[in-house]
Amino acid sequence: MTIVEIGLPKRLVELTLDGESVRVPEGATILDACTAVGKSIPTLCYGDTLKPANACRVCMVEVEGSRTLVPSCSRKVEPGMVVRTESERTRHSRKLVLELLGSATDLSTTPHVDEWMSACGADPSRFGPDAETKLQPTTVDNPLYVRDYGKCIMCYKCVDACGDQWQNSFAISVAGRGFDARISTEFATPLPESACVYCGNCIEVCPTGALSFKREHDKRQDGTWDESKQSQTTTICTFCGVGCNLTLHVQDNEIVKVTSPHESTVTHGNLCIKGRFGWQHVQNR
Amino acid sequence: MSTVMSRRKKTEPYVRLTQPLVRDAGVLRPATWDEALDRAAEGFRRNVAQHGPDAFGMFSCARATNEMNYMAQKFTRAVIGTNNVDSCNRTCHAPSVAGLAKVFGSGGGTSSYQEIEDADLIILWGSNAREAHPIFFQHVLKAVNKGAKLYVVDPRLTSTGKWAHRWLRLNVGTDIPLAHAIAREIIASGLTNTSFVERATEGFEEFVKAVEPWTLPVAELETGVPAELIRELAHAYAKADRGQLSWTLGITEHHNGTDNVLSLINLSLLTGQVGRYGAGLNPLRGQNNVQGGGDMGAIPDRLPGFQDVTDPAVTAKFNAAWGSNIRAQKGWNLTQMLEAMERGDLTTVYIIGENPVQSEADCEHTVKRLSNLDHVVVQDIFLTKTAQLAHVVLPAAAAWCETDGTFTNSERRVQRVRKALTPPEGARDDIEIMSEIAVRLGAGWEHKTGEDVWDELRSLSPLHTGMSYRRLEELGGIQWPCPREDSLEPSFLHARLWENDPVKRGMPATFSPVPHSPPVDELTEEFPFRLTTGRRLDSYNTGVQSAGFESPLRKGETLDLCPQDAAVLGVVDGEEVKITSRRGQIQAPVRIDDGLTPGLVFMTFHFPDEIDVNVITIEATCPIAGTAEYKAAAIRIDKLPVKVG
Repeated sequence: MTIVEIGLPKRLVELTLDGESVRVPEGATILDACTAVGKSIPTLCYGDTLKPANACRVCMVEVEGSRTLVPSCSRKVEPGMVVRTESERTRHSRKLVLELLGSATDLSTTPHVDEWMSACGADPSRFGPDAETKLQPTTVDNPLYVRDYGKCIMCYKCVDACGDQWQNSFAISVAGRGFDARISTEFATPLPESACVYCGNCIEVCPTGALSFKREHDKRQDGTWDESKQSQTTTICTFCGVGCNLTLHVQDNEIVKVTSPHESTVTHGNLCIKGRFGWQHVQNR
Repeated sequence: MSTVMSRRKKTEPYVRLTQPLVRDAGVLRPATWDEALDRAAEGFRRNVAQHGPDAFGMFSCARATNEMNYMAQKFTRAVIGTNNVDSCNRTCHAPSVAGLAKVFGSGGGTSSYQEIEDADLIILWGSNAREAHPIFFQHVLKAVNKGAKLYVVDPRLTSTGKWAHRWLRLNVGTDIPLAHAIAREIIASGLTNTSFVERATEGFEEFVKAVEPWTLPVAELETGVPAELIRELAHAYAKADRGQLSWTLGITEHHNGTDNVLSLINLSLLTGQVGRYGAGLNPLRGQNNVQGGGDMGAIPDRLPGFQDVTDPAVTAKFNAAWGSNIRAQKGWNLTQMLEAMERGDLTTVYIIGENPVQSEADCEHTVKRLSNLDHVVVQDIFLTKTAQLAHVVLPAAAAWCETDGTFTNSERRVQRVRKALTPPEGARDDIEIMSEIAVRLGAGWEHKTGEDVWDELRSLSPLHTGMSYRRLEELGGIQWPCPREDSLEPSFLHARLWENDPVKRGMPATFSPVPHSPPVDELTEEFPFRLTTGRRLDSYNTGVQSAGFESPLRKGETLDLCPQDAAVLGVVDGEEVKITSRRGQIQAPVRIDDGLTPGLVFMTFHFPDEIDVNVITIEATCPIAGTAEYKAAAIRIDKLPVKVG
C-alpha cells in the first residue's frame, strides 16, 4: 500500500505588518500576508501560478533587522517578523524602481501602474529623453500573437510559463547579456518557425501587454478596444474532454479575448491553441 | 468495390444558421419557426404512427450541455416511447464506458487530474495527449518533472512519446497481446497483488490460463515490442506505489475496442492499481461532454445516472416522475440505428449537433443510409453536410457560450457552462426547440431553464443529487458521485474494493480473459500499408469549428509516412499521391514523418471537405460498443502519373 504524503497541518505564524499583528500559515510569503489582510502591494514579475522570479523589485518591503529591503512576493514570513510596507524607505525604493522602469519601458498598457506612480510620486520623465530605450518595432509575424518588446520589463514570466513550470515547449528564453538581454525565440526566428504552439500561456501571464493577442492589438490600434464595455464570463471549452475553464471577454456581443481562471484546478490558467483561439466560429454570423 | 473519388477543394468557414429550413420538392427553403417546428413534429408523428416508436432515433450531442442531453433522452423515452438514443460517444469512447461499467459498475475514469500529478508511474496507451489533450498532459508533465516515470505505448513516435522514458512501439491492433504479455510477466515474476486479487476480484484462474500463451518472445513476435521493454513495463507497473493507466482512441477505435479496454483493466486488477488515491484507470475523453452525455442517459441502455433501463424498478421510478411508459428494454445504439436505417426499420431521426455524414467511418455508406429515411430533423449551429440532407433544419444556439448549463469532464467533474453571448437573431436554445416539438406532439412540457432541468435530473440520479448550481459555483465544479449536499466523496472511484468488510466491498471486479483479434482490414499485397488516424494539436474532428480560426500550425490534410517508405514509393514531401482502400479512393499530399515506421502511415480527419479520409476507413465495429475501427485500415499508395504538358 502506498503512503500518500498529505503534509502536516500548517501552524500559524504571527508577525507585525505595518504595526498590526497578523497570523498566517507558515510557508506563506509576506505578499500572502498582505493579501490576507486586504493590503495591496504593487507587483509586476510576481505570478500567482508561477514560482517567484524576483526580477522587478516593485514589491520590495522593509523587514526590521534586514540590511536590505526584501521582495515580498518570495520572502516567507517568520515568527515575530516586523514588516513595513509603507515606510519612507519602501516608498522611496518603489518610486525609483517605477521611475527606472517607466523611463526605459512603455508602460502604457500595464494595469494599475498609473495609480502606483502617483501614490509614491514617481516621475519617469525626470531622467530626460535620453534615458528612453530605443523603440523596438512591434513584431507581427503570425495571425494570433503580437510581440511588442518595447513594453517588456524582462520579468521572465513568459519564459517560465512556456518552460518547465507549465507548457514545457521552451519556445522562448532570455538571449543576450546585460543591456542587450531580451526575450527571444531560438536564433530569433519568427514565431511560426520556432517551437511555439500558440497556447497563449505566455500572454496570460504577461504583466505589461508586451505580449498580446492579435485581436486585442488590432482593436487597440483602430481605437475599438474598450474594457469598460467588456463582460467576463467563465464557461467550459469544447475542444476535448479535459474541461478547461475559459473566461470569455465579450464586447458588443463579440468574443474579443479568452483567458482562464488561475484558480481552476483543471487549467491553473493555462489553455491550448484551440481553447485560446477556437471561438471565431460561433460569431461567423 | 464502390470507388468514390474525392477531390481537393478550397472551403470557406461555416456561417451560423439563423433561419429554419424545410425541404420542398427536394430543395431546402427558408421557413418560419412555426412552420419548421410543425413540420418537424408532424414527420415524427407520421412515422411513429405508421411504424411504431422504434422507427424513431435520437442522435444526441456530446458537445451540448448535460441539461440538453437529459432532455433529449427524456424526449426520446417519454414523448416518443423508445430507447433509441445515442451520441457520438459511440465513435470514440463507448468501449471505455462499456468496459469500465462491466467491471466496476460505472463507466467513468477512476482518478482525478491532481492524482496524475501525484502518481509515480504513468502509462499512456494509444494516446497522443500532448496534442489531443494538452492541458491533461500538463498534469502528466508536472508528475514527470517531479520524477514520475512515463511509458507511452503507441505505433507512432508522437510528441507525447518524445516525453516518455520508454516508448513501446507496438504494431497496430496488437494491444491485447501486449497487455496479456505484461500480465503474464507480472504473474510469472510473483508480482501479483495477491491480497487484492483474492479479496476484490474474481475469474483470476481463468485469466491466468488466457494469458499463459503470451510469453515475452511470443508477444515480441506479434506486437513488435522488444521483450525486454515489455518486461520492464510489467515490473515498473506492478511495483509502482501509485500507477496510472490512461488511454485514448488508440485503444477504443478498433473492431474489438471493448476487449482492448478490458485487457487494460485486467492489469489494474492484477496489481491493485485502482481504487486508491493516485492509482487508477482513465480514458481521456475527446469531446467536452461525452462523459456527461452518457451520465445523462443519452445512451440506449441506461437512464440518467447509469441506471439500468432493463431494471423494472428503475423504469418504474422514471415513469412515476415523468408520467411516461418507458419499456424496460435496451434501445439501439448509433451503429445499430444506422443499420436499422438500411433495413428500413428506422425511418425518422432527430439529429442534434452531430455530423455523422462526415464523422462516421465509411461515410458514403452513411449518406446512403440517411437518404433512406422518410424524415430527418437536424438541429445545429451550422448547415453541416448532415444538415444538408435533412427535411427540417433548426438553427440552434451554441451550447458552450450561448446557454446556461453544465458539462462533465474526463475526471467526472461537473462544471458550469455560462451564457456569455446572445445567440444570433433567429437561433434558439436547444432545450426550447425540443420543448416546442414535444408540445406539438402532445406532451405537456413547460419552459424550463437549465437550472430547472438540472434540479429535475438531481432528483432522479443519485450520482448527481448533491450538486446544486450554487455548490458547483462555490466549489469550482464537483466530481460524481455526489449523493449528498453536505459532503464530498473521495476524488477517486472504487475505494470499496479495498474494504475489509465483504458487504462494503460489494460486487467483485471480474478479470476478462479476452481473445486477441487482429484488425479486420487485412494487409495484403494489394493493400500493403496500415493506415491509422488521429488528431493534431490545432484542429478538432471534422473541422467545422476549428476551421473558424487561422492557425500558424495548420498544414492541411497529408498522408504521413516514414522516409524509407517514401524512398521505396519514389515520392517526396508535398507530392500528391493516390490512396486506395477496399472502400474508396482519395488523393493527398505526402508528409515525411520520422516518427513512423515502414508499413505504417497516418492521416487526420480534420479536413473532410478537402480530403475525406473517412471515405477509406473501415466500418468494422466493436460488437459490444459499436465503435468503428478508424485506427486500422489497409491501403495502397500509388504515385500519380506525371502530367504531360
